[in-house]
Amino acid sequence: MQMYEALKGYNLPDEHGPFGPSGGISVAETLAHAADELREQYARLRNDADFLREFEYELKHYVGRPSPVYHARRLSAKVGGAQIWLKREDLNHTGAHKINNTVGQALLARHMGKRRVIAETGAGQHGVASATVAARYGMECVVYMGSEDVKRQAMNVYRMKLLGASVVPVESGSKTLKDALNEAMRDWVTNVENTFYIIGTVAGPHPYPMMVRDFNSVVGRELLEQMPQEIGRQPDAIIACVGGGSNAMGAFYPYVGQKNVRLIGVEAGGSGVDSGKHAATLCAGRPGVLHGNRTYLIQDANGQIMETHSISAGLDYPGVGPEHAWLKDSGRAEYVNVTDDEALEAFHTLTRTEGIMPALESAHAVAYAMKLARGMSTEEVLLVNLSGRGDKDMHTVATASGITL
Amino acid sequence: MSRIAARFEQLKKQGRKALIPFVTAGDPSPKQTVPIMRALVSAGADIIELGVPFSDPMADGPTIQRSSERALRHGVGLTDVLGFVSEFRNADSDTPVLLIAYAKPIEVVANQNFARRAKAAGVDGVLVVDYPPEESATLSAELRKQDIDSIFLLAPTSVEARMDEVARVASGYVYYVSLKGVTGASTLDFEEVSKRIPQIRAHVKLPIGVGFGIRDGETARAIASVSDAVVIGSRLVQEIEQSDPAEVERRVAAFLGGIRRAMDGA
Repeated sequence: MQMYEALKGYNLPDEHGPFGPSGGISVAETLAHAADELREQYARLRNDADFLREFEYELKHYVGRPSPVYHARRLSAKVGGAQIWLKREDLNHTGAHKINNTVGQALLARHMGKRRVIAETGAGQHGVASATVAARYGMECVVYMGSEDVKRQAMNVYRMKLLGASVVPVESGSKTLKDALNEAMRDWVTNVENTFYIIGTVAGPHPYPMMVRDFNSVVGRELLEQMPQEIGRQPDAIIACVGGGSNAMGAFYPYVGQKNVRLIGVEAGGSGVDSGKHAATLCAGRPGVLHGNRTYLIQDANGQIMETHSISAGLDYPGVGPEHAWLKDSGRAEYVNVTDDEALEAFHTLTRTEGIMPALESAHAVAYAMKLARGMSTEEVLLVNLSGRGDKDMHTVATASGITL
Repeated sequence: MSRIAARFEQLKKQGRKALIPFVTAGDPSPKQTVPIMRALVSAGADIIELGVPFSDPMADGPTIQRSSERALRHGVGLTDVLGFVSEFRNADSDTPVLLIAYAKPIEVVANQNFARRAKAAGVDGVLVVDYPPEESATLSAELRKQDIDSIFLLAPTSVEARMDEVARVASGYVYYVSLKGVTGASTLDFEEVSKRIPQIRAHVKLPIGVGFGIRDGETARAIASVSDAVVIGSRLVQEIEQSDPAEVERRVAAFLGGIRRAMDGA
């Protein structure tokens, strides 16, 4: 906790992009200029009143913000203990928080004169959000997706195609999200003049972690106003799932200076951290460099990136945003994990008690909130960032219950 | 003088250009790496670039990624790679060996230990692909203490300020990436390369090697006419990939020998 003082007047990252020992720009020289160009442009636009006005307009009229906060009374009563509130990012256009960031980056691409956008996707949510904004702004869109994920997520692949995007199956490595990211980086290096790379999470070389956080921090800024209106004060804790960590960073960032609010990130414990089949990077990983930044990674003794497992495709990533690494090291945020089974149980419980079907990613945060609430008083308040809706997960949930649709 | 500097000096006196093959350590199998290195030397390699395999080689194309995957199936890690260099050194004390690595697999040991162990194994230079100059200060300082050269990349998109930055920290030689893209990508624009080399020379006094996209004797010869060294990676790794395991050493030697003859005829 001694580093907590360092977070006062928190204004990271600085011009070089590190969050303490994490973050930075660890890219090959072939990418350095593209990262430099992006950094300069974003540094200029991030405080530009016209750009921010345009972004806010789109968030209101296209995304449908602000998203409400909702008191999950029946869930709270069933669990017994603290009151559980939900930030309804699932009600955004396209059904998740991902759209906040893709709108921001697409506007930036437009300002930079880039007519072609590329994106990586795991389950397809960020791919769909990218294809959506590309359609909205009339841009060419290419989405890289591991060939394994293409097979598992046929519906999202079709959605992206309906929106006019090309989906490129990636056959290298483990054929999943991290490999899609590698492939998108390769495209960016090759086509940097006309192409903008829309990264879907708070990772990658600086300024991506900062930029994706900034675009998503509308979530936390709304909460700062909404919670006092609803309950007369801020919640006791904010709980969000963490894969790469974009929804959590968006909710946490405006609260970093609010010392009395606990920030809790929930990682994918898969079959249990001890089983080795998990994606709990901050809980069980070690620092290293991947995808242009230094952060915690799930790796073997030789420093090779290991395959991860989670029932939730959106959390199935061997890295994590460097700002989360910093929040963990500084003691400002706590990181825990819940298993596939716990997340599934939370999915069913929330669905049955509130008529809200969470994405399996968000169900991890709900599961931990349920655990934590039990030991707390009914006066205390937990705010869960319900980052997305669960429609996309019907097949996974059915399969887990032994049902074939 | 380092082995790399000595080699360039010697070549300059002879009026020849350096031929630098790249292979991934442990590809196709760990026991073949040292024989392949020896075969490359006998076929005319002046310096050898040895890749440390990595699960996520973002700056490389599919050919080199697959070579990493083959090596990783044998569990090849940093200790094995240093072992190959040491074994190579038993019978070759002249040919400089450079390690090309991503940060991740070499950071399994502290920078200081890495530099010491690399020195002990007989490594002459290190290029960490995802350490641009601004991220490399600690490692470069440790390498310098051990008289190991720090090699850096320059790309077609590198602006003059970045050339100066590289000039400040680099030693041995500088590796110019001849095209926008990843290793093994198709076409090299000779006009573009021959325009860029003099620009780089105005900022960087070290020898300049050119790589990415050099696939045959003719291109190698053209590139050698405007640079100090020709680096061949993907095309050579492709020979390894397509070869019967028992034939690998013969095939890489035959391929590289052809490039050597084309360059020396220049």
